[in-house]
Amino acid sequence: MLTKVFSDYGMVLVLIVLCALFSVLTLNEQTPTDSDAIAELLGEITGEFDRSAVILVVGEANKGSGPFAEKLREELVRAGYDDARVVVGIPRDLRVALDEMKAKGERPAVIATSGDARKWGVIEGIGVRYPEFSGCEVLWPESYIWPDFLKRSNLLAIVDRIVVIAVIAIGMTMVIITAGIDLSVGSLIALAAVISTLVMKRLGGLEAPAAAVAVGFVAGILCCGVIGALGGFIVARFKVAPFITTLGVMMMARGLAFMITGGFSIYQVPRALPWLGQGSSLGVPNTVILLVVLYVLAHVFMTHTRYGRYIYAVGGNEEAARLSGVPVRWVIVLVYIFSSLAAGLGGCIQASQLNTGTPSIGMMYELYVIAAVVVGGTSLSGGSGRILGTLIGAFIISVIQNGMNLLGMESYTQQIVLGAVILGAVLLDKVRSTGAVPGFLSRKKKTSD
Amino acid sequence: MMTGQPKRLNPPLLEMREIDKSFPGVQALKNVSMELRRGEVLGLVGENGAGKSTLIKILGGAHLPDSGSIVIDGRPAEIVSPTAAHEAGVSIIYQEFNLVADLTVQENIFLGREETRMGFIRGGQEHRATLELFEKIGIDIDPKARCRELTVAQQQTVEIAKALSVNAKIIVMDEPTATLTSREVGRLFAVIRDLKSHGLGIIYISHRFEEVFEVADRVMVLRDAEHVGTEDIGDITREKLIEMTVGRPIESEFPKRTSRPGRVRLRAEGLRRGDVVRDVSFSVRAGEILGFAGLVGAGRTETMRLIFGADKRDGGRIFIDGKEAGIRSPKDAIRKRICLLAEDRKGHGLVLIHSCRENFGLPNLDRFRRGAFVDRRKERARFSHFVERLRIKVAGHEQLVMNLSGGNQQKVVLAKWLERNADIIIFDEPTRGIDVGTKYEIYVLINRLLGEGKAIIMISSELPEVLGMSDRVIVMHEGRVKGEISDVARATQEEILSMAIS
Repeated sequence: MLTKVFSDYGMVLVLIVLCALFSVLTLNEQTPTDSDAIAELLGEITGEFDRSAVILVVGEANKGSGPFAEKLREELVRAGYDDARVVVGIPRDLRVALDEMKAKGERPAVIATSGDARKWGVIEGIGVRYPEFSGCEVLWPESYIWPDFLKRSNLLAIVDRIVVIAVIAIGMTMVIITAGIDLSVGSLIALAAVISTLVMKRLGGLEAPAAAVAVGFVAGILCCGVIGALGGFIVARFKVAPFITTLGVMMMARGLAFMITGGFSIYQVPRALPWLGQGSSLGVPNTVILLVVLYVLAHVFMTHTRYGRYIYAVGGNEEAARLSGVPVRWVIVLVYIFSSLAAGLGGCIQASQLNTGTPSIGMMYELYVIAAVVVGGTSLSGGSGRILGTLIGAFIISVIQNGMNLLGMESYTQQIVLGAVILGAVLLDKVRSTGAVPGFLSRKKKTSD
Repeated sequence: MMTGQPKRLNPPLLEMREIDKSFPGVQALKNVSMELRRGEVLGLVGENGAGKSTLIKILGGAHLPDSGSIVIDGRPAEIVSPTAAHEAGVSIIYQEFNLVADLTVQENIFLGREETRMGFIRGGQEHRATLELFEKIGIDIDPKARCRELTVAQQQTVEIAKALSVNAKIIVMDEPTATLTSREVGRLFAVIRDLKSHGLGIIYISHRFEEVFEVADRVMVLRDAEHVGTEDIGDITREKLIEMTVGRPIESEFPKRTSRPGRVRLRAEGLRRGDVVRDVSFSVRAGEILGFAGLVGAGRTETMRLIFGADKRDGGRIFIDGKEAGIRSPKDAIRKRICLLAEDRKGHGLVLIHSCRENFGLPNLDRFRRGAFVDRRKERARFSHFVERLRIKVAGHEQLVMNLSGGNQQKVVLAKWLERNADIIIFDEPTRGIDVGTKYEIYVLINRLLGEGKAIIMISSELPEVLGMSDRVIVMHEGRVKGEISDVARATQEEILSMAIS
């Protein structure tokens, strides 16, 4: 069973290796900021210090330690520490606060902190920088060693970063399995984002109800679907090469996006817009739910329905499929519609993440999408490939980018590494599927002559 | 059964000694020896899977033998790669030609070893050399024609010329006549005889025994990876050769049957398409086999593609059970219970990179349905049924079709159409490239379908097959029906041929 998974989805291995690698490389001391950590510090402080002691709680802005600090101070005040103060911000804010206290002749008995703020130079070197506070104790919850890569916030960042590409890659996988290609998806992202936010603006802008968001999204996605149907029709009916057809569509869609906005971004959007791309339901981010649902649906469609089978057959041998009664033209139109709808949805997600509609988003995305599909094991010559392989391909790309960010690599270097890894992954897959020997040495075995 | 060889001063042109070769799970060749003399044609026959291709691939450097040796001109030859085979003077002409369609004849012949001066190709020089070569073997093709424009037969002669131009001493031809018309076959044989007279050795692989008897000097038989025997062609009868190939005596090449034609199932009137199909009318009854004879390119396949809706017709009407059937696509035809087993199995019949089960299921998915989903359990069960009934040799349902032998590929195609249970079945060259034993199985199956009351159309370029199987035969030439033979029992091959070429 497990060997089958690995041979079907060889790239799983690559993904696991990458995750393991980045986990090891980003191993770091972590200080918790959850409620247990608050209770721990509270217990320590009440055990050691009088209610009159000056207590400074420090947290970093926009990080886990921010709310932690606020919360801890509340608890301290409730416990009777009237002189508990809180500083949430950047290291400079703390220095300002400390300087003030020094000027007033006050002396903090304890500095309580957690998370990233613990590593601030001003806290670690408090005795050196402020000799007058030398008696001050610095407290933090018991720390542990854990990779930055595997922190919940980072894993969510990986999903956030790839969700648009992964959604579009579903449609692209189907197109590529029919031996086609769709270059227009990047432009359709922009077009969908622009059209949907424009509709929302007309429906009332900032004050518009949540339903306006839904209407906007549907409008944006459907527009893309219509464009995809036209492109698909040209490919299927007139046998124009998909590369050329979608190249034309790509240019026109991008131009259209700029034209209808006059080149400006649309900011007058309803407050409910970010829900899809930034919100969460039952503690799970909506983007994650969306990805799981879409991939499960697409996988079932491709493996268990008639049209899924037809898509593979058209790519494997179009004429044989036609002579078997497969409605080849309709299948081809269908995959381009799917691809465009997926691109439209991707545009809506992007608009929701950015909380605006901008005509310049999604540039070059088609190439990342194609890379994700190919890394996922789908052959550009058509007839073979897997939806779930594409999901893995998308994650490989996202994990590499994320890992390099965590390691602080320069963005130029990142591009080189990403390109090399994409090539390497595809080569590895080829070598694996042809029996670990380069193709020109190994010949296909037949059961007989 | 090896014939004893008298001691000769001259060593034979080629000896392959005690070759063993196995692939994972299969012994492809067991202690096989072969000898080829100068100026002779050695026929190589055997069923699919007997080891012919493996033997040839070892000679051509595509496979390495596990043991055994190859001796050319009395000297041991180390054939470790296709290049080494070329250098040793071995040239193999495969069924699928290795010509670049968009290059000219002379460019193909000199491909990879262009005559250049200061980096520029000397076209004139190549042109002269090509003409000289063509003259030597008596062929008349314009060296500047693009290969795309040539007929299959012409392409084949170009392949042969290319082999000669690299000074090949041994030429292997794998099923060279599979796609040739009889006139072209005659011309090919003339070329082969000419090559013989120049002292070349030729290995001729074919399933068509009448050709082996016509052109070969000796015939070598492989069966189940073993060398069954090599006989002088004058010392062996057709029956004996079939028996050696199949391993058991076969009473008749075509199974006996009785046919009771019923009402007219399919009638075509005035079918037209460009100048390939010109006003073709015919009808076929239930429980009847209608044979279509003619040369390759006579318009038989094209006519059937019109019936099946695979091509658009310029004119003509198709009636099924007396009612006009508006067939505009293969999908329509399938709905009207027609099926077509295409001549070009690999190009039109199968998706090679997909599994046997998927190929089997493709036209039948509407029958394997459970709600919106494909009922895979039913699909598997039905395919198992056919694997058993047609005795398809597959490693499993998920084996890729491209890894099957020709005979088994044809059986998968048969299975996928039999599952549809069509009333009108069109077989286009049903036994091309298929060995004697499997051919017989397919004939038996066709007769069984006939017994079930199907109307059957069979295109075949093998005259004995058309005459042996059909109730009536229609002969086509240049897109037109030239005649019909109703009394097949008394018809002769000559009669059909004269109709087909006049």
